[in-house]
This record gives sequence, structure tokens and C-alpha cells, in this order.
Amino acid sequence: MHYLPASEDDKRAMLSAIGAARVDELFKDIPPEIRCEKGLDIPAGLSEQELKTRMAAMAARNTAPGGAPCFLGAGAYDHFSPAAVDHLLSRTEFYSSYTPYQPEMSQGTLQSIFEFQTMMADLTGMDVSNASLYDGASATAEAALMASRIRRGKKILVARSIHPAYREVLGTYLRCLDLDTEEVPFGRDGRMDLEALSSALCPDVCALLVGQPNFFGVVEDLPSIARSLEAVDKKPLLAVTVSEALSLAILNAPGSSGADIVAGDARSFGLPLGYGGPYLGFVTAKKAHIRQIPGRICGQTTDEEGRRGFVLTLTTREQHIRRERATSNICTNEGLCMLGATIYLALMGRRGLTELARLNLSKSEYLKEALAKRGITPLFDGPTFNEFAVKLPAGAASKAAEALAGAGMIGGYPLGGDYADLQDGYLVCATEQVRREDCDRFAEVLGGLK
Amino acid sequence: MSRWTEEKLLFELDHPGRRGVTLPAADVPEADPRELLGAMHREAEPARLPELSEVDVVRHFTRLSTFNYAIDFGLYPLGSCTMKYNPKINEQTARMEGFSRLHPLQPQSMSQGALELLYELQNRLCAIAGFDACSLQPAAGAQGEFTGMQLIRAYHESRNDLRKVVLIPDSAHGTNPASAHFAGYDVEEVRSSDDGRMDMDALKQRMETDVAGIMLTVPNTLGIFQENIREICDIVHAKGGQVYIDGANLNALMGMTRPGDWGADVMHINLHKTFSTPHGGGGPGAGPVVCRKHLEPFLPRPVVVKTGSGFKLDHDRPQSIGKVHAFNGNFLVLVRALTYIDTLGREGLPEASRLAVLNANYLRARLSEELEPGFKGNTLHEVVFSDRTLPEGITTMDIAKRLIDYGFHPPTVYFPLIVHGAIMVEPTETEPREELDRFVAAVKAVLEEARTDPEKVKSAPHDAYRRRLDEVTAARIPRLTWEPG
Repeated sequence: MHYLPASEDDKRAMLSAIGAARVDELFKDIPPEIRCEKGLDIPAGLSEQELKTRMAAMAARNTAPGGAPCFLGAGAYDHFSPAAVDHLLSRTEFYSSYTPYQPEMSQGTLQSIFEFQTMMADLTGMDVSNASLYDGASATAEAALMASRIRRGKKILVARSIHPAYREVLGTYLRCLDLDTEEVPFGRDGRMDLEALSSALCPDVCALLVGQPNFFGVVEDLPSIARSLEAVDKKPLLAVTVSEALSLAILNAPGSSGADIVAGDARSFGLPLGYGGPYLGFVTAKKAHIRQIPGRICGQTTDEEGRRGFVLTLTTREQHIRRERATSNICTNEGLCMLGATIYLALMGRRGLTELARLNLSKSEYLKEALAKRGITPLFDGPTFNEFAVKLPAGAASKAAEALAGAGMIGGYPLGGDYADLQDGYLVCATEQVRREDCDRFAEVLGGLK
Repeated sequence: MSRWTEEKLLFELDHPGRRGVTLPAADVPEADPRELLGAMHREAEPARLPELSEVDVVRHFTRLSTFNYAIDFGLYPLGSCTMKYNPKINEQTARMEGFSRLHPLQPQSMSQGALELLYELQNRLCAIAGFDACSLQPAAGAQGEFTGMQLIRAYHESRNDLRKVVLIPDSAHGTNPASAHFAGYDVEEVRSSDDGRMDMDALKQRMETDVAGIMLTVPNTLGIFQENIREICDIVHAKGGQVYIDGANLNALMGMTRPGDWGADVMHINLHKTFSTPHGGGGPGAGPVVCRKHLEPFLPRPVVVKTGSGFKLDHDRPQSIGKVHAFNGNFLVLVRALTYIDTLGREGLPEASRLAVLNANYLRARLSEELEPGFKGNTLHEVVFSDRTLPEGITTMDIAKRLIDYGFHPPTVYFPLIVHGAIMVEPTETEPREELDRFVAAVKAVLEEARTDPEKVKSAPHDAYRRRLDEVTAARIPRLTWEPG
């Protein structure tokens, strides 16, 4: 009850100002037959001390990366976050403030959004960015909806190599709307099958969604994909999804490889794994599509004295103005996560982020070699960043998790559940958080599986 | 001399050669990105990322933070937003490494504590709102609405009963019509009657078998409880429709009445409002959905279930609408919500609702000496005033901006749309009486100034980091990223 300041005296004084005898009188519009007479069937309140002990016990029933080296990526990558990020996020001015509807009193949040937009546009090679969406999956779905509004086609081509959870969320977002999807297969190198793409293209296609890197960690040849799209009349939009944002520091920006829209998840930029959320969805795009972007956008302007300031802008796209004709229903987004990523990127800088991406590449290549020495070879021969798929002996993928957990490690992701044709496929990842000896031990345990 | 330190953009502070982070030395051979990635290698570093020391970065964002208002400074009376105090213990539990570092796809045997937490929160939310089943996946209120609308659609489809229309009152939050639209429905607005409640005749007239359901916020955005809510549910059900409750205003009702007991079929709950996970300057929030038994098969998968030996994620749900989030929803927000619920518990939550309503009615009584409530009825946790009694030439926005000079964040303005020049005030239960009195005094002072010195009010704020900002030019000539020079 220590968050409830009203004393009995306060209550009496306030009731008297209102002209009521008891607090319950204020609820008189709730008819007796729907009153909650029995009270709530939940536990009694706990003291902070008891509660903390209880929550700590629950947390202790989990084994987290850190306690165990983590070779699991699959859309959530274990990266280090400098102390300054969480310290700044703990400032009450950031975490306990509201959406910056009153700009004169919210310039801290607004300026950081403007900085985020600038850095994300640069990293993705685009002109504009929004201020965040829920996660990479819903951002991908929003990108598909955005493309269908711009191109007015009914069909969306989706790479089969996009994250399975992203594809499922996309399916949920599209299932009630008059839009169809068709999957484009991947080839032996794990990259998009360009011939299959060409034959799938027809005038009704408004967009192609492709992952970079894709779910198998394979780096797609975006310029060739873009050329295939340009070969048809009324070019469909190329929407690139990015679930490992760190790759943006080492791979050609999607925008300079022909992308029209980039959607993805930037949680890798300094935010916790958090058992899946909150993450940091984003959409960036070419300038021409600015009025179809979903979510908040911050713009630069001036105040009455001519000083630079920032406001939420282009709000006629949004639900609070346009209601059912809005570009999205999103309102609350992932503001604080966006701020965390902005702080992280400012700390890393262009050189630091590039070096970190290279370190990830080096660790991953080392893991590839360590596994190859144990007879475990990549499933695809396309280039990869910090994640790649390998082929395990028949039946070994299902045993891997337990064997690795027994050895104090968090293993990779078996592909067979999402791809029936990749039963022995196993997705592994190495970030800066795993050490050389972890990689060796991982290869040893995995190589020992029969 | 202003009390504000001007702060440049990160890009203007860029100081080549500085570093904010020292990376660990490589313990593996250095790979050659050019050789490995070929033409897909990024040759140019991302130029906009600045080079700064940790000190530079910490000062930059600390200075930016001083340009914001926060709940720890004082009353944050945004109506419909439930800006209550954010307990510090919530921030600590969400940062416990056993929660914050968990990988969403790690083996369930290594995540039993997290699954137990999700299971408990599902049960608490069902108990508080009076429903049978819950999905914690939706990442915010609007995604909860979208999920709930999809449940309704999947339910009708499973009965081969295709319906086209969703009815929404004209007082609704904009996300309601937008969410219904993205669930494939045509939205029809139902007008409010003179007391701000749903017009029963209008509802009866329109409720036919082409209507999939109705979306209602209870209490509504005026803070008014729809006392015939049971009758509304009956009318909608009689024609085969479903009732969706927008739980944005649940803070008025905890332990007093439960939407499930009204006959409602599905609702979402904004954990960042009622359960005090912070708003974060625009998120992250969480918008779990609770529903009755007949909608349960359609919930997003997976759902957490209890087994003989522990807890597991149940993916085997053939009628599910599918996922709405890549992983398990905004888990660290859910940790904060359970922390909050278990701190207040079965006695504390109802007391919070009682005091939220007491505070709102106190402000209503005190402010009614100066302002006119938008509607006559009794109000619960919030109250909306109109601009009708403002002095000639003074707008709601002027009052809002002048309150900034008095050190308050302004109330919600110009919403709901059915009240002219709406000023919407929601104090929440965590405000002490003297803070409410201080706000009343500020409003009175501003209204007095509006009569005696209107120019001062019309040109406010005077004592903020920025004066009024030119939003028209911002939208006409969008400048959305920084350009050098």
C-alpha cells in the first residue's frame, strides 16, 4: 500500500469537498448485480522484501546466457551492452514520461528520436525512419501492408528463408485482409532462388520480402534480386527484413542494394534478450514512401524564437487523427528501447560498431572451422555473418539441446520443425560473447553426437 | 539567462578519434570480411554514427533528460493514459539476470521460472478481469485490440458465420477503429447520447446479424460507467455478436466489478497503465488479451500451460489465429506487472481503484468552480471539461501550454472528440491531496491570467526549454534526419 498516499484524514477532506459520505458512493453507477462482492481471487500483497525474494527465486529457476555460453541466435542475438546504456535508461525523465505529445516539455525524448532516425536511415541506406514498432516480426508485417498501399497489388512474395516467426506474424496480420502471399524458395547456397523468383513475378505482385541475412544466416545477393524485380513492369517494392541489426555495420546497406523499404529489429543495439521482449521493431524507407510509413515520426522545426526544436510530425498518417484510415493501428510503441539503441550507437560510434561486427564475423568463422574439424559442415555455401546452418548426423539435431545443456551451454536451433526438408539442419550463432574455448567445447559436444 | 543548457545533436558533437567503448581483444584469428562477403561487404563506415567518449555520451543524454517531464517530478494528469507512479522495485525485478538475459528460444527446461511467471500473470489477469483464458503476446494496447478483433473473426468463421461490421462509439480512442479495420472489418460509429453513454436506441436499431461485434471502453473516455452494460451485452449476443472491452480504463474498476461478469467476451489490458509498468516516453507497453472459454481455441500460440512436472509452451493449437509477436510478448514488461500486482495484492488493487476515483472526483469538484464538465453524469477515474467557459479568444491549447510554466504536464487535450475543446484529467491514485491542490491552484491562476493578461497565456510556455513549436512547417517541409551544413 506504500504507493497509495491518501490517509483517512485526506479521504474525509476530499469526500467532503465532493459532497459524498463514503468512497463507495462514487461507484453508484455500477449496478449491484455486477459488483465484485467476493473480492479478487489473487494472493494478498507482499512486502517489498518478501516480493524480491520470491521474484529472485523465480529468476534463479532459469539458466541464462552468461551463466551458460549461448550459441543460439535465430532472431535474438546475445550481445554485450555497456553499463552506460542501462544507467541512462534508468533516468526517470526517460522511463516514466509519456509519448511526447507536448513537445515543449518532451524535447529530450524528441531529440533522441531524431537522432535514432538519422542513424537508422544511415545504417540501412534509406532516407527516413520511424521512431519504432513492436518487434521485427510486426515491423515486417507493417512493411508488407505499407508496400501494398503504395503499389496497390494484391500479392506479396515472401522468401521462404525469412524468419519463420516473422512469416507467421505476417500471416496473422494478412489473414483478414484481401492480400495473398506466395513463398519464394531458396537454392542450394541458401540464397533466394532467382529463377523461381522470376517465374513468380506477375503484375499483381506489389512487393518481395527478403531477409538480410536470412534466417539461415546467409547473406543474400540483394543487387541481383533487385535486378530481377526491375525486369518487370510496375516494379514490385523490395522490402528487406533485418533481424540481426549488427550486420548493418558490415554488409552493404540494403538501400544501396536496391531496397525500397527496410523493416527489422534493432534489439541487438544494447538491449537485453529479455526472453523475447521488449524488442525494437523499425521501418526505414525511401523518401517517396514517407506518407505510408507506420508509427511515430519526429521532425525538426523551430520555436517562436527561431530556435531548433523537434515535434512528432506527419501525424495525419496516424490512428488518433485518421482512425480506421490510418497507416497502422499502432499507438504505444517501443520508445525506451529506441532510446537504448540510440545511446548504444552513440557509444559504439562508426568505428566501434564496425569493429564489433568484424569480431562477430571472426568468431563465427572460427566456430565454422571448429565444427568442420569435427566433421560438421555448413548446410549452405552462401556467405554468412555471425550465424550459419550446419548439417548434423541423422537424428542428432533433436538430441543436441539436452547434450549441450548437460555441458552447461545453450545450443543452436534445430531447423526441422520449421523446414520439413531440413530435418538435420541446425542453426548456430557466435557473437562477441562466446570465447574461443567455448567454441571448441561446443564443437566437441556436437561432434560427439551420433 | 535561461536555466536550460542548450544541447547539440550527436552528429554535431562528433569528435573523430574518441571512443565510447573498448572492445575485448580477439581470441580468434581475424576473418577478412572482403574475402568472405565479396560485393556484399560494406566498404564505408556508417558515417552518421558519431565518435564520442563515454563521458560525452552520458552528458549528452543526461542533458536531454532534463528537457523532459517525469512522474517523479509531480502530477502527470494525462486523461486516458493512467500516469501513475512507477515503483522502483519493478525496475529491479525486471533487471534480474535470470529474467533479463534469457534467450526466448532456449530450452524450456532452462526457463521454468520464466514460464511460471507467465503462467501466474495469466491467472492473475483472468481473476482481476473475470475471464477464462489469456494471451500475454500482444506488445501494446492496440495490438491487443487487433488480437481481440481477430479472435472474434476466427470465432465467427469457425461457425461459418461471416460478418462484416464492428460498431464503435464516437467517444472511442482512435486505435479502436484502426484495429478493427486491420482485422478486416468495416467500422460503423455509434453516437453517444446526451449523457455521454452509448445511445441504446441507436444500438438496438443497428445491431443486426451482419455485425460481428462491438468495441466498448468501460468506463468510457469521459470516465462514465455504462450502467446498462449487461443489457448491451445481451442485445449484442441476441444477434450473435461479440462484445470487446477496451481495458484502457481498468484502473477505475479493480475489485469493484469484472468485465467478464458483465457478459463481455474478450478484452485487452494495458499493463503500462493499470499495472504501472512505465510508459517509457512512448513504450514499451504490453496489451495482454483475456477472453471467455469459447474464444480460447483461437488465442495466439503458444500459450503457457501447467504440466505434471512444471510449465510448458503449448504450440499445439490448431485453431489459433497465429502469432502476433516473434517470441513471448514484452516479457520484461510482464515481469514488472506481476511485481506490481503481487505488491498490492487482493486488498491493494481495489484500494488503488477506489483512490483513483476519489482523486478524480476531488479534482472534478474543485475544478468545476472554474471549468464545465463535458457531460453531466457521474465520473469515475477521470473527468473531461469543455472549453465553453474559457474567456473569449483563449483556447484549450493555451491553457495547456501555460500550465507548463507552472511546472505541470498538461492534461490530455482535444480528446475525446465529442467534447468541444476537451480538457481530460486523470490524476490516478498515487497523487497526494496536496499535489492535487497545487494543480487546482495552478489551473485557477492560469484562468485568472487568461482574463487579465490573455497575451501571456496565448504565448505560453515562457519557462520551458522551448517556446511553442511550429508543427505546421514541420509537416509541410519534413526534416526527418540530420544533414550536415
